[in-house]
Amino acid sequence: MKPFVDIHDVTHVYARAEDGLPAVRNLNLKVNEGEFAAIVGPSGCGKSTLMKLATGLQFPREGTVIVDGKEVGAPVKLAGMAFQNPTMLPWRTTLDNILLPLEIVEPHRSRLRRHKAEYVAKAEGLLAQVGLKGQGDKFPWQLSGGMQQRASLCRALIHEPKLLMLDEPFGALDSFTREELWCVMRDLHAAQKVTIILVTHDLREAAFLSDRIFCMSARPGRIVAEREVEFPRPRDLEITYTPEFAALVHELRGHIAQARNAA
Amino acid sequence: MKTKNQLALAPWVFTVGFFILWEVVCRALKVSSFILPAPSTILLAVWEYRNQLAYHAMHTLWMTLAGFGLAVGFGLLLGMVLGSSRLINAGSYPLLVGFNSIPKVAVVPILVFWFGVGWVPPVLTAFLISFFPIVVNVATGIATVEPEMEDVLRALGASKRDIVFKVGVPRAMPYFFGSLKVAITLAYVGSVIGEQNASNVGIGNLLTRASAAFEVPLVWAALVVLAVLGVVMYAATAYVEQSMTGWAQRSQMAA
Repeated sequence: MKPFVDIHDVTHVYARAEDGLPAVRNLNLKVNEGEFAAIVGPSGCGKSTLMKLATGLQFPREGTVIVDGKEVGAPVKLAGMAFQNPTMLPWRTTLDNILLPLEIVEPHRSRLRRHKAEYVAKAEGLLAQVGLKGQGDKFPWQLSGGMQQRASLCRALIHEPKLLMLDEPFGALDSFTREELWCVMRDLHAAQKVTIILVTHDLREAAFLSDRIFCMSARPGRIVAEREVEFPRPRDLEITYTPEFAALVHELRGHIAQARNAA
Repeated sequence: MKTKNQLALAPWVFTVGFFILWEVVCRALKVSSFILPAPSTILLAVWEYRNQLAYHAMHTLWMTLAGFGLAVGFGLLLGMVLGSSRLINAGSYPLLVGFNSIPKVAVVPILVFWFGVGWVPPVLTAFLISFFPIVVNVATGIATVEPEMEDVLRALGASKRDIVFKVGVPRAMPYFFGSLKVAITLAYVGSVIGEQNASNVGIGNLLTRASAAFEVPLVWAALVVLAVLGVVMYAATAYVEQSMTGWAQRSQMAA
């Protein structure tokens, strides 16, 4: 299969980096279409840089980034993003927040006004999928952190992106809410067939959700291990208590510990 | 509920109390009305000169609002430019700060050279003195958009303009309306300064003439009118702020 995201031998130095040290060096990573990939690594290893490279917010100093068969030379426009901070706009209702990407991306941008009802119905459908049915009229600050994060996922998916980038989206949530959202994410992935790259610190999260896990080294980041996750889908939360699951998490932990020590 | 009523009453009680205290002090110590007239004397003067005061106050109100309006338009525009471009921001900041530190009373003579005595100098003084806080606040609001939000939109192909108008400007609104409260009082100071030095009408001009003629009660009456007008304009601005940016005022501190 042709990879959907192909980061080939990329070295990237931020223009503003004072020490001139690259954030990532000789980074290689391939994610197939429709795959759920997770990237784990010690903090400060350049995971966010990887996100920016894959979405075309940054261009590599060396190497190539290919997304959907095209070399990235501008923001890719087919990506949705969600971060640890839900970044909802407080002056818009939750529903209007979710519709925001449609005000930017073509062809929705020019269709939005005339086909408003259709888009609103779609947003409400997404809200129902993440368990926020009927909450669209509330302002984001009237929702709890977990609910805001669900809404943020809806916003990332409203324009049917082919690539979804998640930067520690559940990092700020308590463990029960987090597990609930893992299931929401699992179901969204199953329903939308979108390619997902999840950056996380949480090894259990990576093991539960993804098809393929990449371990990154400390800065300058590169991939030190790649591991396919073979648990059959649909997965139940119960698998996180099986010995196989524990063994996988343990193995990943070993890679990260090594990466940290090498730094 | 009791505390809420008390809070609502407090401003009135304090204000009336202040004037009663003033009255009592003046009468008890027999202060000469040339030094400090009692509130009752001032009130009488306000009544006596009501037509004159109303005429000049209206003029001052217009000068202030015209200058303030200019400041709002210009301040919003310049604020948006400075907020969206780090280069222009860095380049023009020293100029702006330098200009803002000139006491505007010193600029009035130049305005008179240019435009002569009349309505233009007060309006321009009001404008020049009040646009700065608006610029700074709007620029700050736009420049402090969360980087994640910017990433979300840029990854969708949003232009700088999209980001400024969809996120920056609405985000800057609480800062903007906050700065209006400062700007309206400054504009008022500006128009009165302008009128004192370069106009034949307005409360500022009335003050200059009354003090030259040692008409002490009229001077105080004019001051009271100025204060009332200032409070009214401030309250109107604060009301607009309340109704426009309710979403930003949900903190317990604001309640």
